[in-house]
Amino acid sequence: MFDLFIEQFPIVFKALNIGFLQTLKLFLVTLLGALPLGLIISFGSMSKFKPLSWLVNGIIWIVRGSPLMIQLLIIYYFPGMVFGHNIWGTGEAGRFLAASVAFIFNYACYFSEIYRGGIQGVPKGQTEAGQVLGLTKSQIFFKVTLLQMVKRIVPPMSNEIITLVKDTSLARIIALQEIIWAGQAFLKGSQGIAGAIWPLFFTGIYYLLFSGILTILFNKLEKKLSYFN
Amino acid sequence: MSALTVQHLHKSFGKHEVLKDISFTLEKGEVLAIIGSSGGGKTTLLRCLNFLETADRGQILVNDECIFDADNPAEKKQREADIRAARLHFGLVFQQFNLFPQYNVLKNVTLAPTLLGRGKPDEIEAHARELIERVGLTEKLDFYPCMLSGGQQQRVAIARALALSPDILCFDEPTSALDPELTGEVLHVIKGLKSGDSTMVVVTHEMEFARSVADKVIFMAKGVIEEMGTPEEVFGHPKSPILQGFLNKGNQF
Repeated sequence: MFDLFIEQFPIVFKALNIGFLQTLKLFLVTLLGALPLGLIISFGSMSKFKPLSWLVNGIIWIVRGSPLMIQLLIIYYFPGMVFGHNIWGTGEAGRFLAASVAFIFNYACYFSEIYRGGIQGVPKGQTEAGQVLGLTKSQIFFKVTLLQMVKRIVPPMSNEIITLVKDTSLARIIALQEIIWAGQAFLKGSQGIAGAIWPLFFTGIYYLLFSGILTILFNKLEKKLSYFN
Repeated sequence: MSALTVQHLHKSFGKHEVLKDISFTLEKGEVLAIIGSSGGGKTTLLRCLNFLETADRGQILVNDECIFDADNPAEKKQREADIRAARLHFGLVFQQFNLFPQYNVLKNVTLAPTLLGRGKPDEIEAHARELIERVGLTEKLDFYPCMLSGGQQQRVAIARALALSPDILCFDEPTSALDPELTGEVLHVIKGLKSGDSTMVVVTHEMEFARSVADKVIFMAKGVIEEMGTPEEVFGHPKSPILQGFLNKGNQF
């Protein structure tokens, strides 16, 4: 049995690496899109113009209140049912585009709530102290409140980002060829290996290593910001 | 010439009128103490002077120059830049200190003068060091606010306000958030600032302090100046029954 494992390992390892690359790509694209979009959504949710804040909060409620898996399915299949053709394009590229849109939108809504907490968590006295010292609005934002906001955001944000690492596996539902898909292929049969479940278990190591690295990075960042409170 | 003239200031929050026709003048170098029960409008008055609130009616003059006129429609829409310029006539020391936690003592004091371009960096720093020495914290220059006691934080806040050399320095209950044993050091610093050229407005509950430092005392109740005069007049011979009641409360125990 061990001989079989040694024989299968290089094939599986290569396939999983390719799958993990897709996982990593989805992770990074989601972050790149959702981090700024979340900030915009948070401004919308805090808007003094009530209809806008109601609308945005309603959207946040729907997105956070329903499973990401359903959102993925709707975003991928629904346009096709309405327009009669797949607007996302064909093949892996099309699936990746649809998955990216679903993930960015979903995560932006979660991030927006984290930003809102961070912004509202900085005491009003900080802004007032800046105002009394004659600073402009942008000086107050960049020199006084921003870093305090970042400090408040880092712990919940790191939590959410580590969840994202594992949530990327949900893209399997629209057959995105990320690492779970790659591992499962050997269960069904691929490259002469069939009925092997260990590649699927083995994907767990990728997730563990990756979230481990992120945890270390976030801890470093938190420590760097721990000199004040 | 008076350093500060406040004329017929009114301020309401919704239907609640917090300031009702407040008028007084202050000469250069004078210290004004404002006393009174909570909710009497003391803090709102200070916040109006510092443009953290906008008065609904009335004028504010500094050195006989009108810097705020709510009754002049042309000035009602003051631009942000104008407000910032007017604001710099005043400094404010907050009850809760409000130091910037991410900066050390020195940077807290130099930040605003640096951002406002008030001189070369080394000049600004030298001036800041001087002010920090004046409040007795030279050995804490590179400490962060969280490493300081409340009294020390408030002394840094005073140095920070002084760094912009305001015409009038305001204190909003500067010792109310402090443990009793720490109030002394802050009051001592404020007392030390009293000199020919710094005009101060101090909202305080420290009656002994008001009595010994102030040149003029205002007693506010329910949004009006109930009584105004020298410490001797206000504390020694209070005329208003509300003031008499207020002063007696302290002696009840």
